[in-house]
Amino acid sequence: MKHFTIDIDKDGIALVTFNSPDATMNVLSPEVLGEIGEVTKTIADNDAIKGAVITSGKDNSFCAGADLSGLGSIFGEAAKMSEDERSAALYKELFKINDIFRSLETCGKPVAAAINALALGGGLEITLACHYRIAASDNPKLKLGLPEAMVGVLPGGGGTQRLPRLIGAMNAFDLMMQGKMINADKALALGVIHETAPGAELVEKAKAWVKANPDAKQPWDQEKFRIPGGGPYHPKGAQTFMGVAPMIRKNTYGNYPAQRYIMSCVYEGLQVDIDAGLRIECRYFTKLMQRPESRNMIRSIFLSKQALDKAGARPAGQKKGPINKIAVIGAGFMGAGIAYVSAMAGIEVALVDVDIAGAEKGKAFAQKELAKRVSRKKMDQAKADAILARITPTTDYSVMKDVDLVVEAVFENRELKAKITKMAEEHMREDAVFGSNTSTLPISGLAEASKRPENFIGIHFFSPVHKMMLVELIVGDKTSDYAISRALDFVTKIKKTPIVVSDTRGFYANRCVMRYIEQGMALLSEGVLPALIENSARMAGMPVGPLSLQDEVAIDLGYKIIKQTEADLGPDAIEGPTAQILIAMVEKYDRKGRKNGKGFYDYSEDGKKRLWPGLSEFALNGVLPEDEQPTPAYLKERILYAQAIEAARCMAEGIVKDPREADVGSILGWGFAPYTGGVLSYIDTIGADAFVKRADELAKTSGPAYAVPDLLREMAKNGETFYGRFGKEKKAA
Amino acid sequence: MTEAYIYDAIRTPRGKKKNGSLHEITALQLATQQLEAVRDRNGLDTTLVDDVILGCVTPVGEEGANIARSAVINANYAESTAGFQINRFCASALEACNLGAAKVICGEADFVVAGGVEAMSRVPMGSDGGAMGVDPEIAFDHNIVPQGVSADLIATKYGFSRDDVDAYAVESQKRAAKAWKEGRFKNSVVPVKDQLGLTILDHDEHMRPGTDMQSLGGLNSAFQALSEFIGLDNVAIQKYPEVEYINFVHTGGNSSGIVDGASAVLIGSKEAGEKAGLKPRAKFRSMASIGSEPTIMLTGPIAVTEKALKKAGMEVGDIDLFELNEAFASVVLRHMQAFDIDPAIMNVNGGAIAMGHPLGATGAMILGTVLDELERTGKQTGLATLCVGGGMGTATIIERV
Repeated sequence: MKHFTIDIDKDGIALVTFNSPDATMNVLSPEVLGEIGEVTKTIADNDAIKGAVITSGKDNSFCAGADLSGLGSIFGEAAKMSEDERSAALYKELFKINDIFRSLETCGKPVAAAINALALGGGLEITLACHYRIAASDNPKLKLGLPEAMVGVLPGGGGTQRLPRLIGAMNAFDLMMQGKMINADKALALGVIHETAPGAELVEKAKAWVKANPDAKQPWDQEKFRIPGGGPYHPKGAQTFMGVAPMIRKNTYGNYPAQRYIMSCVYEGLQVDIDAGLRIECRYFTKLMQRPESRNMIRSIFLSKQALDKAGARPAGQKKGPINKIAVIGAGFMGAGIAYVSAMAGIEVALVDVDIAGAEKGKAFAQKELAKRVSRKKMDQAKADAILARITPTTDYSVMKDVDLVVEAVFENRELKAKITKMAEEHMREDAVFGSNTSTLPISGLAEASKRPENFIGIHFFSPVHKMMLVELIVGDKTSDYAISRALDFVTKIKKTPIVVSDTRGFYANRCVMRYIEQGMALLSEGVLPALIENSARMAGMPVGPLSLQDEVAIDLGYKIIKQTEADLGPDAIEGPTAQILIAMVEKYDRKGRKNGKGFYDYSEDGKKRLWPGLSEFALNGVLPEDEQPTPAYLKERILYAQAIEAARCMAEGIVKDPREADVGSILGWGFAPYTGGVLSYIDTIGADAFVKRADELAKTSGPAYAVPDLLREMAKNGETFYGRFGKEKKAA
Repeated sequence: MTEAYIYDAIRTPRGKKKNGSLHEITALQLATQQLEAVRDRNGLDTTLVDDVILGCVTPVGEEGANIARSAVINANYAESTAGFQINRFCASALEACNLGAAKVICGEADFVVAGGVEAMSRVPMGSDGGAMGVDPEIAFDHNIVPQGVSADLIATKYGFSRDDVDAYAVESQKRAAKAWKEGRFKNSVVPVKDQLGLTILDHDEHMRPGTDMQSLGGLNSAFQALSEFIGLDNVAIQKYPEVEYINFVHTGGNSSGIVDGASAVLIGSKEAGEKAGLKPRAKFRSMASIGSEPTIMLTGPIAVTEKALKKAGMEVGDIDLFELNEAFASVVLRHMQAFDIDPAIMNVNGGAIAMGHPLGATGAMILGTVLDELERTGKQTGLATLCVGGGMGTATIIERV
């Protein structure tokens, strides 16, 4: 065996150690699973073995879960089968894990799991098939959980059956639905594990338990077994199920089949014995794996994001380098956030502002956020102090002499930015990179102020910095691969996801999200009920409705951009409902958005918001009568197509080059319906041909927002997908 | 074709849930006493009764195992009289009447006793389980919400304010009080006897005649807290996305009361009546049941009224009196709005808001109520209907003979 060793001690207890060679973490692959089968057979068949303890030889992981990149391979052969044949074949393949885990727990000898480190997903499921679980109390990185649903998968190794049988349906739903990960103490309190002990004593204690319990049986294999908290038709159990359906529908709008199927696995599985339950789980797992949502979510949210997080966008020939110290210029909300996340990642930060009070105020933001973490017991005071000490407020530009990178985050003012660029470059090392956190000004223009434009790059953070995971790196005309590489070093170090995009008005994310907001305005002008617009957008998978989003970013901001565009390009440039509505909102009604308590919504003191009744005025031909109001399905198309088409244009123009960056950027940047796998996966799943046909229809009725680029037409003709044409990812199977 | 006639229609008084008089009386007794009364009031030879159909919405525990058959045996009906229990939720007893009439019309039966029984203080609502709110295939995939949320959705979508529904409830209490005071129910309400055979209840004890806008206004929404906690309002809105938020207007005061009760209607052919020496009081003109959108759930009376009218070849204007079960005030308000019905001919003697709604028994109770009122006022045609869980509606049009 490659991944496991077995050592039998004098008492006949086999210590099974999981330690995959050449891998930083233990993961569950088909090969590993096969070996678990062998291990199980050995435990069962070898008379010298009285019982077993399973542990890991790695400090960072007992087992981090299934190798999702391998999951696609099972589709290879199935592609050409009929639907029924494919289901049957996939089921057979996917059920193997249940066969193996089930034989482990029914091998007739006691088996304990000594969980020394992280055990997630399939990793936790291995331990659930053991009779006893003891976890290290002194490993702060030890987390237990079944987070499969977060990437569109369900716990298919018996997790949906064993966990609720252990801790009850309510607690099991709580862990499985939102991918909650818990530490050893919490796991003990819930009953997921039986005992905790210092890591050094784990194996010894596990062995002691095995020795003392020669007749161990799983609770669900015992005659008097009752489901904790009751099954679906137990009076108390029923409450759980009646509550979980609306709660999950509220959160998922029915768009996420993983959560939906987990519910059925538990509901149906708890009404039968464990073996039937495992078959039921596997049928839903098989169904789920054939859904586009799962494939797309695994690809974008797990595999592609992971690749980008490891600087997958680094230009060829460039190497990873250290980022030890940076300067952040401008200690406003953005600058303070950037300083905070950088210090959190261990970077020394000089926080520079025009006066020391301003710089100190920026540092106070970090102090406040750190205090929150301490009070929530997410961090101890000593660590918080150490992080805060890394931020040095200053007005002195000479601190930039030894920084690796400067991030400028001052007002969007070309002259100011130019002045600061010059001041900083006076002190910066030749190899240090200057990053401008602009969201609207083209980078190539700003780089004109630089004496080293090749070392000048846009680093576009989203607000609030400490919560938004995406960073756009904007490549100007003269930006070098070296500068891109260094910016990637920085963004990956602060644990955000970087995408590399070309210099264009709005870059990538803001350009696409504008189309979203514009459709909100367009629909309003067409006489669609505002509530229907907002609800349909959320039902389509967007985190907030377009009108609500415009309120959040501030209406007068949009208004200013329109006025600037009008000044730059003349009155013809601002046609269309969006401009008219925003101008009226600001000039006629003084409604600026959430910031002045009135926008598309009225905001009351208690935090409630209600759509402003005056919005009906913006319906050009009056609000449509009820029976002419569009369906949510139509509105979903309007909303998602407009954004996807803009993303396709960005691909056509080369603004974004890698579909993974377009997809991950769309999900992390502006919350584009995550179940789709992102803007381009959305088009690929519909199929370019069908997408273009529908877009052409929409273009006829609803305007140029739906005009597809030639690229998409060509792809439709050739039957291509974005991932097929532009994909760099390793093809699954 | 044979026609079906109503020869008698009776009900028990309704006992309230909390400290109610009927809490110590079994469901079997409630049903048995109704069957006995139908027989004894009419001097009926029960060998003429082919079947007994009882509605019951929670047929578990003492209401399980086909309570109709138990009641037939316990009431000492002829050995040849059969019995079965049905469940069309709130319309069960009206459906039982319609089924009984259908059996007569098609010639299967000569006499049928149809009605229902529900001892809600003894067998709690929902204690029969059921997939509808529990299995995600139905609850999640079809946006099923509790009826109260549906009622509030109706109020929101069709614009009924808290004042509107409260005003309706005040009127229901007033009408019920007046009806009792004037003895309008006296011929049909059969007092319930205790274990000694003594009367334990002879009036509807859920009523609160002094109810006014002020007392109702102080009540909290019955459904808002739970709804917002687990997202039921959002689930409903996902089906009705034109609604921004649910206006929670229903309270315990403007929704039907939870009570114990039973009902029975004697239905037979003309020939059977003649043979038994009984005089028919009314004739079934048409009957209907329909399915409707299950999330808003309680708008079924509209479609089923249209269907029943069509089957009878009638128009709304041909109906002299309406009885629509007051499950929730908004249900009745929406019905009157949809057909432009004069409130003066709708639920003229009050309804379930004042007197209570013993789920499986109510349908036959309101059929009896509309018949009594037609007779009292000398009017001709009445329509009884109920909204039904899961999105259904059942209706019956009767005509005095």
